[in-house]
Amino acid sequence: MELADFWFILIAVLWTGYLVLEGFDFGVGMLMPIIGRSNKGRRVVLNTIGPVWDGNEVWLLTAGGATFAAFPEWYATMFSGFYLPLLLILVALIVRAVAIEYRGKINDQTWRTRWDYVIIGSAWVPSILWGVAFANLVRGVNLDADHQYVGNFFDLLSPFALLGGLVTLAIFLSHGAIFLSLKTDGEIRERAEAFARKASVAAIVVAGVWAVWAQLAYSRNTWTWGAVVLAAVALVGAWLATVKGRFGFAFVANAVAIVGAVVLIFGSMYPNVMPAIDPANSLTVDNASSTDYTLTVMTWVAVVMTPIVLLYQAWTYWVFRKRLSMEHIPEHSELTFFPKRKTNA
Amino acid sequence: MEALELARWQFGITTVYHFVLVPLTIGLSMLVAIMQTAWVRTGNEKWLRLTKFYGKLLLINFALGVATGIVQEFQFGMNWSEYSRFVGDVFGAPLAMEALLAFFLESTFLGLWIFGWDRLPKKVHLATVWAFSIGSLLSAYFIIAANSWMQHPVGAEYNPETGRAEMNDIGAVLTNNTTLVAFPHVIATAFLVAGTFVAGIAVYWMVRRHREDAAHQDLSMYRTAARFGAVVMLLAGVAVIITGDIQAKLMFKQQPIKMAAAEGLVDTEQPAPFSLLAIGNLAGDDPSSVKHILEIPGLTSYLATGDWNAEVTGLDDLQEQYAERYGATTPDGEEIEYRPNLAVTYWTFRLMIGLAAFSAALALAILWFTRKKGVVTQGWMKTLALVSLPMPFLAASFGWIFTEMGRQPFVVAPNPTGSDQVMLMTLFGYSTSVSAGEVLTSMITFTLVYATLAVFWFRLMQRYAVEGAPVVEEPVVRKDDDQSPLSFAY
Repeated sequence: MELADFWFILIAVLWTGYLVLEGFDFGVGMLMPIIGRSNKGRRVVLNTIGPVWDGNEVWLLTAGGATFAAFPEWYATMFSGFYLPLLLILVALIVRAVAIEYRGKINDQTWRTRWDYVIIGSAWVPSILWGVAFANLVRGVNLDADHQYVGNFFDLLSPFALLGGLVTLAIFLSHGAIFLSLKTDGEIRERAEAFARKASVAAIVVAGVWAVWAQLAYSRNTWTWGAVVLAAVALVGAWLATVKGRFGFAFVANAVAIVGAVVLIFGSMYPNVMPAIDPANSLTVDNASSTDYTLTVMTWVAVVMTPIVLLYQAWTYWVFRKRLSMEHIPEHSELTFFPKRKTNA
Repeated sequence: MEALELARWQFGITTVYHFVLVPLTIGLSMLVAIMQTAWVRTGNEKWLRLTKFYGKLLLINFALGVATGIVQEFQFGMNWSEYSRFVGDVFGAPLAMEALLAFFLESTFLGLWIFGWDRLPKKVHLATVWAFSIGSLLSAYFIIAANSWMQHPVGAEYNPETGRAEMNDIGAVLTNNTTLVAFPHVIATAFLVAGTFVAGIAVYWMVRRHREDAAHQDLSMYRTAARFGAVVMLLAGVAVIITGDIQAKLMFKQQPIKMAAAEGLVDTEQPAPFSLLAIGNLAGDDPSSVKHILEIPGLTSYLATGDWNAEVTGLDDLQEQYAERYGATTPDGEEIEYRPNLAVTYWTFRLMIGLAAFSAALALAILWFTRKKGVVTQGWMKTLALVSLPMPFLAASFGWIFTEMGRQPFVVAPNPTGSDQVMLMTLFGYSTSVSAGEVLTSMITFTLVYATLAVFWFRLMQRYAVEGAPVVEEPVVRKDDDQSPLSFAY
């Protein structure tokens, strides 16, 4: 296997890490009002991801950085080509980071409600747009002979791409609900479990249709049928597990389904990294990659660092393994937007 | 405006905005780590209160720093795709390393620190804040290595077949002498920013508390913080000067035209004076109109070479040398202007140095007034403290604007002792597939979003600073079946 192929796989792994981890972060964000309801309930929901969401997001930055280092042409064409959708995603990620951190800093219901809108909205937008972006990669985009994107914004919104958006949306919703079922207790847990049972059915339907469509219409490889089957079996398994009340199993099954989806997406493109509608203009593992020297250097870094990162991130989840319930939520600090006049009594 | 100009403006806006926040995070994370270490070692409650107080301000700042940093990882591809194609083989490596070695460390351990007060044993919890702080230092190292490569490309050669720069020595890229001086300069600045921040707020509180009650128990705590900040400022200030001097001497060799512009040195002179005040058309097309009305004789010669009497080449001669070596015209036949914007480089360079002086004044005044167990009580010290607070932030930003604008017209400046092909003009770096309208859309969006968030950032920083150090309880590690409320939650 060539080093460039290895890096193609590694980037798929980084995206898998991102979608599995940030997938439930987004799910939790979208479900905050539905499962959390009251302010205290919303805080239970938000705090399940409180200590970990930021570390989860780094998987995206790493996928981006690794693409830059290993496939500069891919990085350049994809990010300039998907300019406006990426702008929307970035804005969502920007306001989301601030909203999560600032929401509880001032004890004022209006303040909290407004940041809640931001947290919820900024979870919906990337949940849909990541699916749209990946579906466009699978489908192929309009590149010229210099590998420049020559389509426009609306070319990215084909029915296949929009359905792709619904796939990530449905999977993240069910993933978030399953995560909440594992991490909360009491009434929040009950609502999360009930939601997970419904959402996992929706995920099977939407993802199933899209995966078969992707395989039949666009995949460059027959072996990706294996990924379609894997994802389908895992999604059905996740649903059965939610019905049986086995949420740990459901979470693992959902993660396997995401692995299957990423294998399908990347496998259906291979040996392209960014297929063009005219196959002659496609960016491939060969023509988009860095030199062997750079790839060798980066391989050492990745091989040494990725297990270490996994280890300390796993430890974080261990430290915060306890379920949260209403009783655990402390009162808000007394800090209001304007200082109270202190009496010198 | 054309797509190129818009892309430059957007990069400038998003990057300056991000880099205003970053030095405080880098410096303050370590100062907070030191405060918490002092608490763990002495058990003195005042250190715990200071840790919580400045720690909260650190978090408010870090949130916006993270948010605005996300764009940085993507906008090379979005707006500078031709640059990315040209440099990706080299420049992508430190960026990916930054994510893998630094961002994960920072983000993961920050989460552990924020939520870990009542879950982790004292010493393990202390280790998390150090890991966070070291993560932010590492992050600075890699991004400065990447930036230094744009100032002084090493460890790479040009491949005419692919038309791009390709890395041949990662060791050279990571130990670029430009990096080795820029990194300590940037880190020292970060400590200057953070020291001023800690001391400035402490002085504000000392004066205020003393007015309310001359025997208030908080006075000794704020006095400790003020002196701590002042010592950091002085040490950092000395380091800033030394590293800045070394960096300037190196830059006279590596990017002579940038330094000539910084000095407003139009003609070659021996010895070359240091200009304190210049009038005339610094920005225009007639550099000969520049008049220096206040100068220190020989200082530029000294700054450039260590010799008060050395000859320093001026802008006009350098323009000719560059034109001869790197080409006089673009492929479109336009004459290439190698002299960077004179007004911007000249004034940002002076503002960088001048504004940092506020910190020096504040630090010396604090140490003077707090000698022999004294506290600061003067109203004007409170004013000085509050005025000094933003100054090192501005100085750092002006420093970055200087070094980035001074590199123009290059995005990758040629290395005088390296390959002449490993260089790229900014003009050829932007994304040709992104229209001016799209860039304008994103620029307006980012500017508006950032401006809105800045209001909340400032308001929260101010609100928490004005609230003062909280009364704290000794953290206790929770039992697994504990159903009582957590000590902290969002």
